[in-house]
Amino acid sequence: MKHHSDTLRAAAPDMARRPGGYPVRAAVFALFVAALLALPLLPVPEFWITQLNYIGLYAIVVVGVVLLTGMAGLTSFGQAAFVGLGAYATGVLSVTYGVSPWLGLLAGLAVTACAALLIGPLTLRMSGHYLPVATIAWGLAVFYLLSSIDWLGKYDGLMGIAPVSIGSLVFDTGRSQFYLIWAFALAAMLVAGWLLDSRSGRAIRALRDGTVLAEAMGVNTLRYKIGVFVLAALFASVSGWLFAHFQRSVNPSPFGLHMGIQYLFMAVLGGLGSVWGALTGAAAVKLIEDQLQVLIPALLGRTGSFEVIAFGIILVLVLKYARQGIWSFLDGLAPRARRRRDWAEAAALPVRPKPERGAVVLEGKGLRRQFGGLVAVNDVDLAVRAGDIVGLIGPNGAGKSTTFHLLSGVLALSAGEILLHGRRVDGLPSRVIASRGLARTFQHVKMIPDMSVLENVALGAHLRGGTGPLRSMLRLDRPQERSLLREAEAQLARVGLGEHLHEPAGNLAMGLQRLMEIARALCSDPAVLLLDEPAAGLRHFEKQALAKVLRQLREEGMGILLVEHDMDLMMNVADRIVVMEFGTRLMEGTPAEVRASPAVRAAYLGTEH
Amino acid sequence: MDLTIAGVLTLDGLTNGAIYALLGIATVLIFTVTRILFIPQGEFVAFGALTLALFQTGQVPGTVWLLLVASAAAFLLDLRILLRTPAAPGRSRTVLRLALGQLALPAVIAAVSVWAAPRDLPILLQGLLTLLIVTPLGPLTYRLAYQSIAEASVLVLLIVSVGVHFVLLGLALFFFGAEGFRNPPFVDARYALGPLSLSGQVVAIFIAFVLLMVLLKLFFGRTLYGKALRATAVNRLGARLLAISADAAGKLAFAMAAFIGALSGLLIGSTTTVFYDSGFLIGLKGFIAAVGGGLASYPATAVGALLLGVAESFGSFWASSLKEAIVFTLILPVLLWRSLYTPHHEEH
Repeated sequence: MKHHSDTLRAAAPDMARRPGGYPVRAAVFALFVAALLALPLLPVPEFWITQLNYIGLYAIVVVGVVLLTGMAGLTSFGQAAFVGLGAYATGVLSVTYGVSPWLGLLAGLAVTACAALLIGPLTLRMSGHYLPVATIAWGLAVFYLLSSIDWLGKYDGLMGIAPVSIGSLVFDTGRSQFYLIWAFALAAMLVAGWLLDSRSGRAIRALRDGTVLAEAMGVNTLRYKIGVFVLAALFASVSGWLFAHFQRSVNPSPFGLHMGIQYLFMAVLGGLGSVWGALTGAAAVKLIEDQLQVLIPALLGRTGSFEVIAFGIILVLVLKYARQGIWSFLDGLAPRARRRRDWAEAAALPVRPKPERGAVVLEGKGLRRQFGGLVAVNDVDLAVRAGDIVGLIGPNGAGKSTTFHLLSGVLALSAGEILLHGRRVDGLPSRVIASRGLARTFQHVKMIPDMSVLENVALGAHLRGGTGPLRSMLRLDRPQERSLLREAEAQLARVGLGEHLHEPAGNLAMGLQRLMEIARALCSDPAVLLLDEPAAGLRHFEKQALAKVLRQLREEGMGILLVEHDMDLMMNVADRIVVMEFGTRLMEGTPAEVRASPAVRAAYLGTEH
Repeated sequence: MDLTIAGVLTLDGLTNGAIYALLGIATVLIFTVTRILFIPQGEFVAFGALTLALFQTGQVPGTVWLLLVASAAAFLLDLRILLRTPAAPGRSRTVLRLALGQLALPAVIAAVSVWAAPRDLPILLQGLLTLLIVTPLGPLTYRLAYQSIAEASVLVLLIVSVGVHFVLLGLALFFFGAEGFRNPPFVDARYALGPLSLSGQVVAIFIAFVLLMVLLKLFFGRTLYGKALRATAVNRLGARLLAISADAAGKLAFAMAAFIGALSGLLIGSTTTVFYDSGFLIGLKGFIAAVGGGLASYPATAVGALLLGVAESFGSFWASSLKEAIVFTLILPVLLWRSLYTPHHEEH
């Protein structure tokens, strides 16, 4: 449906810009870091140092929001509450017990993780809008709790928090804290960027448009959703820790719901498509806020926090007209960096043992699926052998795609059995079925449109890598990452997309997107492949190339189940064809038998009266 | 605690719960028809209570000017769309109809308000005028903030809602100031119910609650508009194919929500002091009840809201400082219950 493909991040604009953007981008980044290092040494007024400190503190929280909302498609209005937990944890330990701030950091992270682990699993099992709703309530609850507990100082909060120190180095001035805050802010963005450019990052990005794609690639979507929610909360907690030791005091007001909403606002304004959008948004909101707090009361002739009116209007306008945010505009100014091809020498991924040619790999017995009173698939039997291409044809609405959903575990069976390598798999989630060697493509292409073709295909190899998010965030995943990308490139070359590795997948023509899905499916090293209308949208010579790939796969012993409306292609490559009509199996036979069958003719063309 | 206190607390809780129920029902109504999670529902409550309060002090409330500006903006937007499409027969009639609805009607309401403000009319008439001012703000909100992106994802619409909340909250502060108001009751009477004493306003709240439930039931079950809304809620595309305009349905839902909000504001205006930002918390409690009802069921929302009100009332008796924390923590068990009994499914 249309509105579901419409997400917060529209596909990136043209990527065909001049290559060789690395030197420019590296230079800009180096300049930025140099400017940050030099700034406190220059005679910059203290006011601006303070503003920049706030921007850094906000940016750390917003990085989490970008991961959560921009990448995983989940939203939280309660990030300010997590900031509060981080701040109060260290505040209490520092003021009441005189504990080191570094222990306070650990305590804050622990408390925050527990809270996020409590809320996350409750809401993330249900559809997407329960999380934001829950976090609104959660944000309010934490605010009122902080405001009413005696040993947290109620509305007055806690004062006299010790500054952070490393050995004899004490961060007790605005200028020294500047270094501390921005070290953490840069680290947050770097770590988040590394995470996104990894196996786990691709899985997170696959969550955005629903769970079907990610699950089919073998991703445990609930675990990843909870994981990214907890991670975003931890970022917020770190910011709270810095905030407490920066202000040297805490009170509940900066951790209320309105601040939680502002963090989301910063992410939307800055741009949800990149971790750098977090920094841009934090800076933009802080600067705009300063201006508005002077401008609006002058304009209205009254004092009060009227800047929320302007914020609200800007937020609505950004969502209507510039959903990519400020960063994507800035990003477009520099030439695009092309990914360095560093995986040529990488180790090949392990390959699963394949069934013997001719052995039945996938078998459906009495497959049945009812939607209310409608029987979409009615007691269908079919079997796919290794080294065999089985075609599944039938008029529109015959139940072909539903059969695919049943076999791949996307839909549950109403009755029947599915055996993969002779083992029952019906009732298992699709990611488990995928892990046992079944890969599929979709009738309506499913992909991450603003991610490169190469990375989209590497998502298919998710189950062949095991590196977790923590290692990715520390950049310790590179050897395996190179192997995954090498496999992705090889499969893309195989289907004839070797020229398109670095394009955003959303920019490919429809037919090529289907080929990309095949490459992605092949990346999982499957024993059986389910292809749903792979030739739709392909031009003649592309279809011939596709037929060649299919035959080659058959030679290698792959079992293939193919739904296709192009009868030339079907008759050409299929060994056997199953014909469906109104959910039932009409007949099964060789292409010649099917072509000769009067029943099939009647199903497609109607009978003469 | 003795039985009398328990009775007082229960009655108090049910009264608040009835208001939460009204707002929760408005939330469910908007969500099912438009997929918009309408956070600012409570702002209409503040608008209602405070517009009446300003009439009581003899001033023209700022909401009147908001109504004029917003309808003029909506008129210009609609006119632009109309002029961009190729001329069709009857276009001038459409323009006239637009001008009547979006310029003339608000102008009349504004003129009446300006005339009525210093005249110290009976409070019932002022209340009626308040409803006339605040109710159109609902469809205008839909027109200006949501209509052009009505097909966007739930998430995008939710963030737009947050923006709308900011705007309405800031405007409320501008119109009504930071001070709170307490309105006189519509019905100045007290009734004895055993050891409990009921104020006329509380009775009015329960009557409004029951009446609205019955009216909604009749509206959705018996009228064409009601059925059109239900059809849109079930399947937007399908409804459109049957010539039900999704935008018209959205505006109707928003009008009903704004009416319910303003009415709730009038009803609570005399039982509590209302500040420009009071609506938000009240609206959120309705929202939580709506979540308890799965954002789909009106009766479940109503029951949830009544329970929430009672829990809040007893919570404030035992631990008054923790009242709000208790109420908003209650969403966790509600969500747990829902996540156990709702089959989780793909949003496709």
